[in-house]
Amino acid sequence: MRFLKQIAYFVGLPIALILLWWVLTIDSTNFFVPKPGQLAETFVEVWFSERFFVDVLPSISRLLTGLVLSIVLGILFGIIIGSVRILRQLSEPVLEFFRAIPPPVLVPLLMLIIGINDQMKVMVIIFGAIWPVLLNTVEGVRAVDEVLSDTCRVYRISGFARFRYFVLRSASPQIMTGVRQSISIALILMVISEMFASSSGLGFAIVQFQRTFAVPQMWSGILLLGLMGVSLSLIFQFTEKRVLRWYYGLREVDR
Amino acid sequence: MVLRLERGRPLTITQEGTAASHQVPALSVKDLKKVYQTPGGDVEAVRNLTFDLAPGEFVCLVGPSGAGKTTLLKCIAGLLAPTSGTVSVEGKVVTEPPKSLAVVFQEYGRSLFPWMSVRDNVELPLKNQGVDKAKRDQLVDEALEAVGLAHVPKSYPWQLSGGMQQRVAIARAIAYQPQVLLMDEPFAAVDAQTRADLEDLVRRVWKQLGITVLFVTHDIDESVYLGERVIVLSNSPTVVQEDLKIDLPAERDQLNTRSLPRFTELRGHVYEQIQRAKAASRPAASVTADNK
Repeated sequence: MRFLKQIAYFVGLPIALILLWWVLTIDSTNFFVPKPGQLAETFVEVWFSERFFVDVLPSISRLLTGLVLSIVLGILFGIIIGSVRILRQLSEPVLEFFRAIPPPVLVPLLMLIIGINDQMKVMVIIFGAIWPVLLNTVEGVRAVDEVLSDTCRVYRISGFARFRYFVLRSASPQIMTGVRQSISIALILMVISEMFASSSGLGFAIVQFQRTFAVPQMWSGILLLGLMGVSLSLIFQFTEKRVLRWYYGLREVDR
Repeated sequence: MVLRLERGRPLTITQEGTAASHQVPALSVKDLKKVYQTPGGDVEAVRNLTFDLAPGEFVCLVGPSGAGKTTLLKCIAGLLAPTSGTVSVEGKVVTEPPKSLAVVFQEYGRSLFPWMSVRDNVELPLKNQGVDKAKRDQLVDEALEAVGLAHVPKSYPWQLSGGMQQRVAIARAIAYQPQVLLMDEPFAAVDAQTRADLEDLVRRVWKQLGITVLFVTHDIDESVYLGERVIVLSNSPTVVQEDLKIDLPAERDQLNTRSLPRFTELRGHVYEQIQRAKAASRPAASVTADNK
């Protein structure tokens, strides 16, 4: 019963919006505005075809590669930078500089340096998506509790064990906040990196549809991106609930 | 469980002891001095402290608030380097936290890992030392049993009351099998009834294990009730104001011990000393550095 209720909450508003959309477009003859039924048909037609293997899968694999690398590298460098005060002070202005560069401007540059290939696209994703994880990890590592840190020293928990049992777990709420932001950035950059110079991928497909006035097909691509975003967010929430169960419990008690 | 712990006691004494107990103190603080360097100038927190704890002794450190108790304890635990002087645990000079020493901190809420269950918290130091699984399980079970928490191993610390959390911290300390146990105002943040229970718990554990305990407190009653000896500290910059033997019977209980005329006498005496310590004008005693 509780489960059904949750599902009802989850799909309630989307269903209402689709109904509204349906009502508003029922008499529409505008070629550029899609109708729900029509869009669903086009969606199945376009994406449940060989495009799934040619465009969707490559995009997803670039996205996931970029995202996973961003998270792993972000946590790794974040822990190193956050643990060493000199490194932190040295790197702060540099990190702010790199973070301030909008990653899309790097696409032409990386195209020249790396070439037009998957590595370039993954690099663009990493260059944009690493910062939230990195900076949040630095913050989380820096903010570890002093008493817990003393506790580790007293019980001679040092080196790798200290990171594994203490620092990483202690910084995990901040890290998860960073990951959440990275996911949306990575999705945006996946599309952008494919729009410039590419022969496959969702970004490429959408631009191609747009240029050939295949408007319903273009809409279906946008819908697919939205659905991917929702799926990623669901996977994230599921993971976060597990990883941070202690954190939410603790906060509940403190209140 | 209790029996096994008791059997452990003569063992530790014969192993470490017979010769050692007469010569090497379990804990020795010699000419300890700690000066903090701050932007506003040097702050002398601890001026000169010298005292020894014999193996198996239960000593309370009591002093007015701001007497540098926490500073002193951190120096002893090897968490803070003294400006001069030495701390030795079992004859070895402390430069980093010694293996044979465990600490129970005042802030129980911040000294247990909130992402680990009670059992994992107690087990972690042993796992980290590479103690094998069977031995670990046995030590953790015994420790949890000894503090009366055998029924909640899977709970998270924050699901427990303050008093229970401090029990977990004590269990972790004793599972670690230290020779010296430092306790930094461990019961300052728990309510009075829980506190009485925990005091008795600490006395019991101390007797069972035959370890050396240094118990820091600002509570005069507590120091007299618990200790075999009470060291009264002066105001900051700290020196030893008095080293007092507590000649109360070894069997103590909250009701009877506390109503003994001798208890009242000793309590009054320590109280007087503390008052004197507070009033004493100590040149160069500028900022209290206790909470550094």
